[in-house]
Amino acid sequence: MANLKNVTKKTKAQEMGMHTEVLTGRTQQKFFNPDEAENFYYFGTYDVDFNKRTDLDVKDMTAPEANKEIDNLMSQGYGTIVIKNPQGKHSLGVGILNKLNLIFEGSLGYFGMGSCDGPIVRINGRVGWSCAENLMAGKVVIEKNAGSCFGAAIRGGDLICKGSVGARTGIDMKGGTIIIGGDAGAFTGFMMQRGRIIILGDVGINLGDSMYDGTIFVGGEIGSYGSDAVDSELTSSDQDWLKRKLKVAEIGENFDVSKMKKIVAGKKLWNYDNLEPTEKKGAI
Amino acid sequence: MCGIAGLIHRGKSSNVGSELQGMLQALKHRGEDSTGYALYGDTDGKHFIMRFKVGENVGEGSSSVMEDVSVYDERKKIVDQTLAELGAKVVKEERTLPYSLRYEIDYDVKDLLNFSQTIESIPGVEILSMGKSLEVIKDLGNAKAVCDRYSLDKLVGTHAIGHARMATESGVDIKSAHPFWGYPFSDVSVVHNGQLTNYWNNRRALENKGMRFMSECDSELIAVYIAQKMREGASLEEGMKDSLTGLDGVFTYFVATKDSLGMAKDTMAAKPLVLYESDDLVAMGSEEIAIRSVLPQEIDTYDPFDGEVKVWRI
Repeated sequence: MANLKNVTKKTKAQEMGMHTEVLTGRTQQKFFNPDEAENFYYFGTYDVDFNKRTDLDVKDMTAPEANKEIDNLMSQGYGTIVIKNPQGKHSLGVGILNKLNLIFEGSLGYFGMGSCDGPIVRINGRVGWSCAENLMAGKVVIEKNAGSCFGAAIRGGDLICKGSVGARTGIDMKGGTIIIGGDAGAFTGFMMQRGRIIILGDVGINLGDSMYDGTIFVGGEIGSYGSDAVDSELTSSDQDWLKRKLKVAEIGENFDVSKMKKIVAGKKLWNYDNLEPTEKKGAI
Repeated sequence: MCGIAGLIHRGKSSNVGSELQGMLQALKHRGEDSTGYALYGDTDGKHFIMRFKVGENVGEGSSSVMEDVSVYDERKKIVDQTLAELGAKVVKEERTLPYSLRYEIDYDVKDLLNFSQTIESIPGVEILSMGKSLEVIKDLGNAKAVCDRYSLDKLVGTHAIGHARMATESGVDIKSAHPFWGYPFSDVSVVHNGQLTNYWNNRRALENKGMRFMSECDSELIAVYIAQKMREGASLEEGMKDSLTGLDGVFTYFVATKDSLGMAKDTMAAKPLVLYESDDLVAMGSEEIAIRSVLPQEIDTYDPFDGEVKVWRI
């Protein structure tokens, strides 16, 4: 914990009455200055125009070459990029921290769209393992099926698969929403900590195993519940939220959300809310 | 991490040697300690094809002990003599490498178990495969290197399975390389990606039933396990379904017989598999890029679920 000491000089926040404690050492506060241009710069981002569109054929490119070219096109202001012939290549579209319309005309291999923050992506094919891992914000739509570990550890954004997904979907997710139009495999929502998963079809064994928090909605049959995953009441506000999400996701247009099952953590294994705020910060 | 790939053409033959080479080469980043092919070629079915080795590849990276090539010649002579004593006539003989041989044998095999045990009682000799259409070819190096070394790219057949190996549980040598022959069954082969944790318990039980293990590679257990189930009267599919509970660990494996190809995935679904299925072709591999090497156009593929077993026929 930071050292506390009494000083007479007040910071701007203290003058405004926001807090009274004085921090020293490495935790010393740094205040945002709107006059400093670097405060408005997000590393690796560009001003792009969504109406400026181009195609990129990656057939004869390696994944690093393709990703570098996407970055190059963004730096030229292209806001809509159509990727031709991805042909199942791994790690395409990773690390995009920009607002961008990205369209893949084909399927991706493993780790596609990993560690992204902001792009709107449509993949007119399938994706391999760990698609959109660590997604921070944005929207990724997959028109066909997805492999295992779909949306692992995402923190935000919407991740939509119109087909079926493999095992461990949403493992360790900390926020955001995952929507599955078909079925999902075993250990869906394994160790999830925040966020929501919606599955319109069936789901495999050990659903929500060891989940800390978050919510899973299932429209079909459940293979089995995992440790500490329990049923919860589906409220009218849940139903309203589900309808809105499915509409935005352009999926399950006539799906009867009132029959969905809602699964949450029983909080017998571990519960963040029992932690002190400082402990909570350390745990996350 | 290893890579597996397989394909089966239904109702026709194709250049499966070249196709599998492309699939396995696409997976070489998953391991290139050794690569193996189980190819089901178009044959007249009159003779047995016996692929066997009389020594190991002791090239760079091998964990085998160096032997003089003259030892291989001695072993080959004993094999020839033993075959004659068993009443087997060698119709065609090919010696691709000093330690690797392919024989076509005219022999009325009544008991393949006894036949194999007699041949393999010769020190340093291992039958890699035995069948009317199956040929197992495996050696150190990546898919292209092995394919070039054994001239496999022209082989025409109906189906094939293969393995790109990163050695983790056992040595870098041919005897630990996949595919494994489903000893003592004609035309049965297995490739596996994963780790089995009840290897020794199962091995001891199977050895007590007369089954043989040539390596200490856990993957060999699958071939022997399935073979034993078939010996007891189970179908291929029944044996594979039984393996989901009989074998412990994480695994995805393929089994091929003279006219079929099957896949099984454990209940944890921890090992990858991507599958493409159409009326005339089934192709599958650890990663989609393997399938793309034979089907570059946009196709519908999917990951089989946990505990899933599927079998296709030619």
